[in-house]
Amino acid sequence: MHRALCWLLAAFLALAAPAAFAADLEPLVRGLGAGNYADTEKALAKLAETGDPAAVPVIEALQAGDLYVRKPDGAVVVAKRSGNGYALTDPVTGAPIGEADRNAVEKIKVNNALRRTMSAALGALTLMSPNAGVRWQAAEAVFKSRDANALEALDAALAKETDEGVKRAMTQARASVVLGSSAPDGDKLAAVEVLKDRGDQDALALLNGAAGNGSEAVKAAAGKAVAAVESRLALWGAAQNLWYGLSLGSVLLLAAIGLAVTFGVMGVINMAHGEMVMIGAYATFLVQEGFRAWAPGLFDFSILVALPVAFLVSGAVGVVIERSVIRWLYGRPLETLLATWGLSLALQQAVRSLFGPTNREVGAPSWMSGAFQLGGLTITYGRLWIVVFAFLVFGALLVALRRTWFGLSIRAVTQNRNMASAMGIRTARVDALTFGLGSGIAGLAGVALSQIDNVSPNLGQGYIIDSFMVVVFGGVGNLWGTLVGALALGSVNKFLEPYAGAVLGKILVLIFIILFIQRRPRGLFALKGRAVEA
Amino acid sequence: MLQSGLKSGRSFVAAAGLALGLAAGFAGPASAQDTIKVGILHSLSGTMAISETTLKDVMLMLIDEQNKKGGVLGKKLEPVVVDPASNWPLFAEKARELITKDKVAAVFGCWTSVSRKSVLPVFEELNGLLFYPVQYEGEESSRNVFYTGAAPNQQAIPAVDYLMEKESVKRWVLAGTDYVYPRTTNKILEAYLKSKGVKDEDIKINYTPFGHSDWQNIVADIKKFGSAGKKTAVVSTINGDANVPFYKELGNQGVKAQDIPVVAFSVGEEELAGIDTKPLVGHLAAWNYFQSVDTPENADFIKKWKAFTKNDKRVTNDPMEAHYIGFNMWVKAVEKAGTTDSSAVIDSLIGVAVPNLTGGYSAMLPNHHITKPVLIGEVQENGQFETVSKTPGLVPGDEWSDYLADSKDLISDWRAPMSCGNFNVKTGKCGGKGS
Amino acid sequence: MLTRFLLLGLDKKAGVLLAVLALLAVAVPVMALGTAPDSPWHLSTHSVALMGKYLCFALLALALDLVWGYVGILSLGHAAFFTLGGYAMGMYLMRQIGPRGVYGNPILPDFMVFLNWKELPWYWHGFDQFWFAAVMVMLVPGALAFAFGWFAFRSRVTGVYLSIITQALTFALMLAFFRNDMGFGGNNGLTDFKEILGFDIQAPATRVGLFVATVVALAIGYILASSIVASKLGKVLVAVRDAESRVRFLGYETERYKLFAWTLSACMAGVAGALYVPQVGIINPSEFSPASSIEAVIWVAVGGRGTLAGAIIGAVLVNFGKSYFTAALPELWLFALGGLFVLVTLFLPKGILGLAAQLRQRLPSRGAVAAKPAGQKGV
Repeated sequence: MHRALCWLLAAFLALAAPAAFAADLEPLVRGLGAGNYADTEKALAKLAETGDPAAVPVIEALQAGDLYVRKPDGAVVVAKRSGNGYALTDPVTGAPIGEADRNAVEKIKVNNALRRTMSAALGALTLMSPNAGVRWQAAEAVFKSRDANALEALDAALAKETDEGVKRAMTQARASVVLGSSAPDGDKLAAVEVLKDRGDQDALALLNGAAGNGSEAVKAAAGKAVAAVESRLALWGAAQNLWYGLSLGSVLLLAAIGLAVTFGVMGVINMAHGEMVMIGAYATFLVQEGFRAWAPGLFDFSILVALPVAFLVSGAVGVVIERSVIRWLYGRPLETLLATWGLSLALQQAVRSLFGPTNREVGAPSWMSGAFQLGGLTITYGRLWIVVFAFLVFGALLVALRRTWFGLSIRAVTQNRNMASAMGIRTARVDALTFGLGSGIAGLAGVALSQIDNVSPNLGQGYIIDSFMVVVFGGVGNLWGTLVGALALGSVNKFLEPYAGAVLGKILVLIFIILFIQRRPRGLFALKGRAVEA
Repeated sequence: MLQSGLKSGRSFVAAAGLALGLAAGFAGPASAQDTIKVGILHSLSGTMAISETTLKDVMLMLIDEQNKKGGVLGKKLEPVVVDPASNWPLFAEKARELITKDKVAAVFGCWTSVSRKSVLPVFEELNGLLFYPVQYEGEESSRNVFYTGAAPNQQAIPAVDYLMEKESVKRWVLAGTDYVYPRTTNKILEAYLKSKGVKDEDIKINYTPFGHSDWQNIVADIKKFGSAGKKTAVVSTINGDANVPFYKELGNQGVKAQDIPVVAFSVGEEELAGIDTKPLVGHLAAWNYFQSVDTPENADFIKKWKAFTKNDKRVTNDPMEAHYIGFNMWVKAVEKAGTTDSSAVIDSLIGVAVPNLTGGYSAMLPNHHITKPVLIGEVQENGQFETVSKTPGLVPGDEWSDYLADSKDLISDWRAPMSCGNFNVKTGKCGGKGS
Repeated sequence: MLTRFLLLGLDKKAGVLLAVLALLAVAVPVMALGTAPDSPWHLSTHSVALMGKYLCFALLALALDLVWGYVGILSLGHAAFFTLGGYAMGMYLMRQIGPRGVYGNPILPDFMVFLNWKELPWYWHGFDQFWFAAVMVMLVPGALAFAFGWFAFRSRVTGVYLSIITQALTFALMLAFFRNDMGFGGNNGLTDFKEILGFDIQAPATRVGLFVATVVALAIGYILASSIVASKLGKVLVAVRDAESRVRFLGYETERYKLFAWTLSACMAGVAGALYVPQVGIINPSEFSPASSIEAVIWVAVGGRGTLAGAIIGAVLVNFGKSYFTAALPELWLFALGGLFVLVTLFLPKGILGLAAQLRQRLPSRGAVAAKPAGQKGV
């Protein structure tokens, strides 16, 4: 019942407002085009003070960078690109008011201070929005801005709010505002409790601020709350580190898993492995360019298309390398090191000549951007998908090697080439396809790494050493070893980093590998049997 | 193994011939020249190619332009490009080759501090001429080097001032790659901040290795440091390659410029070209030039650059402007001196002023640094910077920082009679702090 | 006794090589100092420094070939020993700068002054004496190699596992030396040297002197290595390379033999690094990078693994090619270099010297297939 009434009210306001207030807003909106940040900010503050929902579209347009000043008369207009010029609309009414030449309008610039004022203003103005999501965002914006003027609107909104989540956010926003204001101690103490329950870093920031000034009672309560929040966060911090370790481990796993095939299974010391990863990343770039040119609306799917493309391109390059160079070098692993080193130099230079030496932009699809909270954990979607993807690739490779005819042939050829040949397996073709498989998986890794790292000709160089460490640490020729090795090295690294720092942490990991190999000279999962003495 | 005396005799002759040939191959004077050679010493391969290749291209363009105008002293300019391959000893070797073998009149090159340190003794020994276009840590002044990039007071200190005044920042994270430029800049900034009353616990300094790619903890730490109830900002001297993963992580973990702004001294248009900048809008950079600067000179420069590279998407950046200024200064100085002889040019360079791309004139100071305006820009969605602050006048480059105990008494003036790079005003002697 | 041991290795081929080195030691000083600068026979200081650099690399290649070609230990971390030797020499050269640094501090190198260090760290003491630095040049890499080898060989770490942990070693050292807190100048390393043993380091005569010293060091290293290879000890080393278990079953303590060759090789690499630093004028942590170690392996392979002269020839040729191509084809030289490595491995599996030997064997017998030297096994 309440809700319906509220909606009706909002709808009425939205309809009635332009007509009723447009005239009053006009000079304020005009003030936005003052030409310098300070005056624009003042005008914006006045606009927000009206509490008029009609100001919302104006501020939104400013936020989106669509608000311009028409040079001849200094009117503030919303301008959108159309053809060679701009199509203009009135910022308040939204009515079209003709077109303008590119030079006839000037964009209203914004800086960080203005952006903050805008989100505060929008927060205060949209607390009554019919959309629960928008109301929640508004509450969060007020939480951040701590705008005392929003208190009234907040109280009104709270009284009407029915959604539990939004209500909580509004209560917290209110606490944030109260704590920063000159409210009586009783209110502040209640606010401290609310923030203590919120218990995240933003709350900690506010509580820390409160613990520094104000009356003794508030200081003491805030101090206690800070301690409580900190101990909670420390616990989550440990879990967070575990997640970082898992995430780094899965990146290492992805980078190393292709090498586990070319080096681990085939025995080729493949120094060009990193370049296969790089080729995969550049394939992603090309696919995305294609999407940008022809189907920008489907950009979110570009990564999914890039996966098979990268696999095939890197795999094809791998097959060509195997057929032209590697196949002459079986049984001479060291020579493969030299030849593939040469290939890696040439491939880097080839990419540099083709695409230029600078970084290429690979965008993240919306489903891989941003982060979410899981309790006190901040988990970024990009990292989460990479972890999932690494395990999927690992599983698929395991199945391919264990359960398919192709996998059987690979194992047969690498274990006893002559026997396999005698059994009718075309060993040359199996060699080429195996190397292609390893390279193709490296290409898949490239797709994933393009999301978190530079796409440049040097991309592969950054991962080649780590990949070899992982494969050797886990035990050459054992996929499970690679999995465990990658996750172990990732976790150890991330465990050490907070104590020793990033550089020392990495050095300690390397020393750990050296010492570990002394204990287990054949890696974590050593192949047993007489074939070991190679 | 060889056993036959006859055969070994033959191969002895062959080997001796080879040795002599090798030695003789290095010998031989260069032929007389009817062009003026200009050396370009930028890495075209290896880790630094990503930044330096662009500078090679801009030099080729500038030389091309100058030749269209008729060259210098009636002679055409001839670029000599070599690839020091991001290998520091190779920089010294190639510098020596350019000066002694190719007999270049001037060298434009280097990016990293270590490459400059590596070639410095070579230029001083052979009395060569180097134009160094990149912002750097200062604490150096050589008679043979002209520093057209920013000294710390032309970048770092104005940026911090801006954050203190306009964003009322009270708490600082100084994050950098572990090498000399961030170390020195952070030391200067730390001293500066403390002189402004910032407390020890409000400054956090963090160093990471080159090419650091996993920024999860560090970004989380920054967020944590920022939650102490005071406005926090990050001053980033993170180098090249590591920036892209750093900014990607910032974007993903939702560190917004409105909450914790990051101001960078090594991130320009070129670095941003590799990132989706939508989540980064509002983060800052301090430079002496932005591509977005709206002046006729800059519009002309960008147009020529895009035409020269035949690529409409190529961006321009600050070190390119530094080469633009440095090259024009060199041309003017050579014409003033009437010769390309390095000693004459070195003397005539001081006081030369040429237009920069931001609508003013930059002049060469007696300390071999130049005057520049300082711009603070915010990242925009299109990968460009929007200038939000510009120093009212030009800032002269200060090679010896006033905020470091060991260098505050030092000055440099390469005009006669002082002609000294590290003159101590306290002891009145040339040669550092003295003992 | 010692002379006999040393003469042991001197076959005809060694004679040729030593004669070439002797010729260089005489011709280069004459051409560099004794001719007018415009004479066609004049060698510029640039060329002298360049050739000196090649010979330093040759000594490194020689050291590497001793362990790889004759003992079968593929080190992907030999640059670590080279660079440590270089740092020991660099520290001596830094101390020689004295008060001529930009800050004029008589004791502390410039980089320490501006990182606010108040006194010299303990490990910098003694390096103001040349003899001390000279000892350290061999002692530091030698000790590291000994400790590393002692553990690794006793644990019977072999093959690619050994190669990868040598790579981990040099990578860890690189990261460590990059740290400014280590007190070795961080990324900038040590540079701007002024004097060595009281001589101006940039004077042409000093450069020629350094070049001659390098030639002498290379000659000594070569004589030492070829004597070892030709001695009974050398036979055991080759046997270890070809079938370590069998040698062990015959009662030899193979670890000791390996450890000896490994440590000696590291000392030689250290000397090479020490001679390299004053000639190129800088030492910094990127010399530790795994890529430089791999490059050294490539020189040996190009010249011919298991032939000491081949290592020297390979190092000189590849580096000469690199110098030439980086100036002649600045944008394409990586293709040339990368292509060279691929072609050499495909068509010259025994390197240049192997090809020469093959041609000689083939010529008299008209197309008979060259006999494969037995037991050249991989890794």
